[in-house]
Amino acid sequence: MRWLWVDQFTEFVSGRHAAGVKNISLAEEAVDEYCTGYPMLPPTLIIEGMAQLGGILVAEHFCWDKRVVLAKIGKAVFHDPPRAGDQLRYRVDLDSSGDGGATVTATSHWEGKLQAEVELMFAFLEGDRYPEQSLFQPGDLESMMRIMRMFDVAVDGVGQPLSIPFEKL
Amino acid sequence: MSDYTEETFEKVQAALVDALGVDDDEVTPEATLVGDLGAESIDFLDIVLKLEKSFEIQIPREELSPEDILTNSQYVQDGAVTTEGMDELKRRMPWASLEEFEKNPRVQDFGNLLTVGDLCKYVTTKV
Repeated sequence: MRWLWVDQFTEFVSGRHAAGVKNISLAEEAVDEYCTGYPMLPPTLIIEGMAQLGGILVAEHFCWDKRVVLAKIGKAVFHDPPRAGDQLRYRVDLDSSGDGGATVTATSHWEGKLQAEVELMFAFLEGDRYPEQSLFQPGDLESMMRIMRMFDVAVDGVGQPLSIPFEKL
Repeated sequence: MSDYTEETFEKVQAALVDALGVDDDEVTPEATLVGDLGAESIDFLDIVLKLEKSFEIQIPREELSPEDILTNSQYVQDGAVTTEGMDELKRRMPWASLEEFEKNPRVQDFGNLLTVGDLCKYVTTKV
């Protein structure tokens, strides 16, 4: 099973924001089994999807040189339970970034209505405290972004398409 | 006269309320970040990012967390900061209230040293 909780990137502006969609299917075990008789996407997996968008936004902002991990969920408010058949539209904005990490704010909308609001903090794994090895197997991150069609929509700060840094992925 | 403005305190207070999930009235100038407000190590990164954004400043890691001093055998002996080490801490952190710590400068107690007031004084030196 692939641990991908965003189906498709729809926007990506380097250093600013990313957006994507998540289609909720009854065929997903997590949706079917989370709440018996009421198939819904668990809130934790909405956060995971936002973290995947946000983690890539942060990693690209730092030229793929940092090992980015979700470190803290500052706030998470869920207004409605998203059900099988719904399409969630996520948006993640980069709020701040520094030597040790970055923060983002994320929203989820369903049919134009605000469904969830989440604040996330990412930290960088430093070599002196954690072994120097990639968080991904060679090619896995690139494959993940291709599957999510990230490079179809990704642009830099002036609107030019982002190139794929194969040597770093 | 205070070493920082009311506006500075309010911005630091807002950052701490947001980062630590505490109430406004818990964030007093005397409150320690770890002991009184429950900050954990990962919260310090969150606090730094929020202060950097709020005050539009850069906060080098070693200025708030002098781990290089506290793990240096030149400055630490038998788990306590030496006189030389205290001088280095005072030079690095002139805004911190180190008087109490200096009476029994055990490294393990350093983490609970910083107060909200210290943080206000620190950011005042940066803006």
